[in-house]
Amino acid sequence: MNTQRPDSKQAARRQFLLDMAKTACGVGMFGLGLGLYARQAHALPPAAIRPPGALPEPDFQGACIRCGMCVRDCPYNILELARPEDDLATGTPYFVARKIPCEMCEDIPCIKACPTGALDHQLTDINKAKMGLAALVDQETCLNFLGLRCDVCYRVCPVIDKAITLERVHNFRTGKHTMFLPTVHSEHCTGCGKCEKSCVLEVAAIKVLPFLLAKGELGKHYQLGWEEKKKAGESLVAPEIEHQYNLPEGFKYEQGPGLSGEAVAPPAAQPGAPQALHGDKL
Amino acid sequence: MSADKKMGADAVMAKGWLGAHKWLLLRRISQIGILALFLLGPLAGIWIVKGNLAYSLTLDTLPLSDPYVLLQSMLARHMPEKLALIGAAIVIGFYALAGGRAYCAWVCPVNMVTDFAAWLRRLFSIKSGARFSRMTRYWILAMTLVLALASGTIAWEMLNPVSMLHRGLIFGLGTAWTIILAVFLFDLFVSPDGWCGHLCPVGACYSLIGKTSLVRVNAAKRDACNDCMDCFVVCPEPQVIKPALKGAAKGLGPVITSANCTNCGRCIDVCSKEVFGFGLRFNHKADNNAPQGHATALGNRP
Repeated sequence: MNTQRPDSKQAARRQFLLDMAKTACGVGMFGLGLGLYARQAHALPPAAIRPPGALPEPDFQGACIRCGMCVRDCPYNILELARPEDDLATGTPYFVARKIPCEMCEDIPCIKACPTGALDHQLTDINKAKMGLAALVDQETCLNFLGLRCDVCYRVCPVIDKAITLERVHNFRTGKHTMFLPTVHSEHCTGCGKCEKSCVLEVAAIKVLPFLLAKGELGKHYQLGWEEKKKAGESLVAPEIEHQYNLPEGFKYEQGPGLSGEAVAPPAAQPGAPQALHGDKL
Repeated sequence: MSADKKMGADAVMAKGWLGAHKWLLLRRISQIGILALFLLGPLAGIWIVKGNLAYSLTLDTLPLSDPYVLLQSMLARHMPEKLALIGAAIVIGFYALAGGRAYCAWVCPVNMVTDFAAWLRRLFSIKSGARFSRMTRYWILAMTLVLALASGTIAWEMLNPVSMLHRGLIFGLGTAWTIILAVFLFDLFVSPDGWCGHLCPVGACYSLIGKTSLVRVNAAKRDACNDCMDCFVVCPEPQVIKPALKGAAKGLGPVITSANCTNCGRCIDVCSKEVFGFGLRFNHKADNNAPQGHATALGNRP
């Protein structure tokens, strides 16, 4: 090297720098492409549900090393590892509720198998899992919304009467029936997907969606008056004005029990009048 | 090597076919055997090893994890559980002794693909090839680490052909075969030893782990070299051979010290003069001209 003339040394250095720049640019562009591609998989596709205890999506993709231990230790073979053609990060575990939902094992073997904590080892009570959130997304086809007593999603729910309740609402169509509307309560829903799997329709009316997609959020400054009243033990707007009902003699209306008093004479069915409003003042 | 003479023919003549393919066969047994252990569970229900090369649990007790993917995960600001860290420590310890890139030659399933491409290149005398720096893999290694840090995800795993092939074979390949085919065609037509020797950051990481590894190939009997060049032709990292084989005049020892050597042992196989052998790093340090006989014999899993 020291026998070389200075200009050839300079040329060698120039070549070295150019080669470095070439490699750095090439690798940099490759990295940029890979980074953008990886960003696309940030959002979980709605049909793919992560196993219980999975960290929120971007964190999960930093924690999961795609080893498939959770897949192996799932006793019901529910989990799969995403393949390159799938919409979620390659190699990460998921299940599709409509195909096969989570059985909610009490000992949660998938979490125990996870070597990295991508499935959070803090979660020891499967009923506290938040794999997703069920949402009755289509009221037009849900049989219970049509006035029937399907109730299947409610019956199969492992957290029945907490995660899904049947809310009774008057059936205005028939005027004389009650509709039992399946209602999901996010506090208790684990996102296991049993409801979606068992929905009797061709396409499920109730679906488990990623939590962020299914759940709304009130404005931080919102206060629910009735909650505040309960907390305070008294009305926060004083004095509370009691509503005066204009009712016929001997009738009384109370919130909750409704109308009471003398035998309610059913108003003669007036054609055209909404039947649903019987007993009320028209 | 003259054009009409087949590479390795001398070795076959001198040592017999089996003798000239000993390390290659052992390597294939190791690669296929490890894959078979992983497949025994899902295919036959015999659970000796669970998981894949990213993390595995053998006989429900021995954890082994890939330090490279774990490092990316930690750079993405996630602390793995204890078992994964123990697994990484075991793997780092093993390859720090056995030669980092022994992973590439003896374990990695992509090696069989790229070896096949290299074999076809020799068979059809495909000389074409884009030449670029073998340092590129270290740039890519650095890039993937920066990407993990910047994105908070293990972005490289979206594309990594190594984990994709191994995971695919065990858990279902899907369209991952296209990426493997791309690696194969790249090695076959675009660049010789293109993937493993130039681009793969997994191998680059194992190179760094095994930088001072104990087990090394040496050219102990380099005086017997007849300049047939077969070792240079067969070696996936030919630049590592020269200092050890031809460095006597410069006072260099016969041990191949480059971390890029994959300890594949093909040079040992193809040499008709039995110049090469496995040995320890500090063997033959001083003896330039008088090799002290054979290097320490080693088992089939260096």
